[in-house]
Amino acid sequence: MLSKNEIIETVNMVEKEHLDIRTITMGISLLPCIREDERATADAVYDRICKKAENIVSVADTLSKTYGIPIINKRVSVSPVSLIAAPTGGDGVIIAKALDRAANELGIDFLGGYSALVQKGMTSYERKFIESIPEALATTERICSSVNVGSSKTGINMDAVRLLGEIIKETADKTKDKDGLGCAKFVAFCNAVEDNPFMAGAFHGVGEGETVINVGVSGPGVVHHAIKNMRGAKIDEIAEVIKKTAFKITRAGTLIAREAAKRLNAEFGIVDLSLAPTPVMGDSVAHILEEIGLSSVGAHGTTAALALLNDAVKKGGVMASSSVGGLSGAFIPVSEDIGMINAAEKGAIDINKLEAMTAVCSVGIDMVAIPGDTPASTVSGIIADEAAIGMINNKTTAVRVIPVPNKKVGDSVNFGGLLGQAPIMAVSSYGCETLIARGGRIPAPIHSNKN
Amino acid sequence: MKAIVSVIGKDKAGIIAKVSAALAEKDVNIEDISQTIVQGNFTMIMMCDLGDKISVAELAATLDKTGKEAGVVIRVQHEDIFNAMHSL
Repeated sequence: MLSKNEIIETVNMVEKEHLDIRTITMGISLLPCIREDERATADAVYDRICKKAENIVSVADTLSKTYGIPIINKRVSVSPVSLIAAPTGGDGVIIAKALDRAANELGIDFLGGYSALVQKGMTSYERKFIESIPEALATTERICSSVNVGSSKTGINMDAVRLLGEIIKETADKTKDKDGLGCAKFVAFCNAVEDNPFMAGAFHGVGEGETVINVGVSGPGVVHHAIKNMRGAKIDEIAEVIKKTAFKITRAGTLIAREAAKRLNAEFGIVDLSLAPTPVMGDSVAHILEEIGLSSVGAHGTTAALALLNDAVKKGGVMASSSVGGLSGAFIPVSEDIGMINAAEKGAIDINKLEAMTAVCSVGIDMVAIPGDTPASTVSGIIADEAAIGMINNKTTAVRVIPVPNKKVGDSVNFGGLLGQAPIMAVSSYGCETLIARGGRIPAPIHSNKN
Repeated sequence: MKAIVSVIGKDKAGIIAKVSAALAEKDVNIEDISQTIVQGNFTMIMMCDLGDKISVAELAATLDKTGKEAGVVIRVQHEDIFNAMHSL
């Protein structure tokens, strides 16, 4: 029998602490859509998505009303488009536009999967595909793109890393009237996961089923509230409370995920345990870290506090769902977290501290605005560093940076909505052109040889 | 189907009567009811059986109106969400 306090606790989590289901993402395999002509492929893609995901918005709304928990985003991820575009040369812009129309038709905000997996090698059609990313992002509204450049098993494809530095700069330039917004929809990964429900890095892996529902739960506000007033408590007591809170949040997510899958005729895939912040007050991961005991996120001790948070969330979440996956960790996007924005504005956190933090949490240098005149090779250097952290530590890492055209350190940029705002952060003024120009592949680390 | 109706707001005369009347009108049976004051707020929790004629979403829409008239916030949630979060 439920107690009154338990009921009030759940009601308050939604009402006052921003508990929500951050995203219901339907993964759809597009492999049956491959045709010999790219227009025919694009038409097949459009039809398949509109049919499979036809009810995603209405089902999410019904579930939200039935269980009394807001479901913020309804999204779709698709097979890496580089594979679909391969028979017609690799340029997938026509397919991207069809995907964009489908997303618009469904009433969803983002569709992910304009992606390529080139962690070991890059085919000619994949190179062509990657070269089409700036155009695809500049001419569509809702399409998200990602490229996997490395893995613990294969090492890091430095040719792809070099190319992505240029691609990110070109994307910024092609969307300069919107402060380089296109780059906010592009992620460079190491150890990309095939079942991630979160944008911009979601794609539907080739190892996945035909139609799969993955759900991202959230609740930085709930965790923050739970550890408030724990003044004087030992750090392991904090970890225990975070763990229990994560359990409850994940159970809510699992219930919604299973129901959504049933009603949408899809398999239930995974629940992603990530704590995903938004720019509104009371929904910040940075504020949790500050509650644990930092005067500002970015102070010494930040990495330790984040490691504790990330691990406790996982422990509670894994107990709550038999199927956990995706990225599952705390997100630290700078422009999307009010605590991070404040810390960046007062200079308490810089890109180096962010890099250290990514060694202990998901996912990487995320939503960081950098000067518009940052050289492409420096962007590649940032990607290479992050990929190295992921490769060596067997974890997913990513880079989503925006070289904001015509802006420099001291300026700020506002992308609006969930993407938020951020001050331009300094990057090292020392270059790494020679390293990046070498190309080739960083060999897989010794611990990849497990067979 | 069972649902939990929670009513939160400023205490005043007639809240229980108004909510109960709205539930009766929809043939919804109240199986358990408890009421308390939390941090100065009137808080009432009802365990209800909706039968098979009305969905949680429809009842929520009806009670939302009742809540606005009575000056309180009324939520209706399927009981499964509470069971999922609070029991192993």
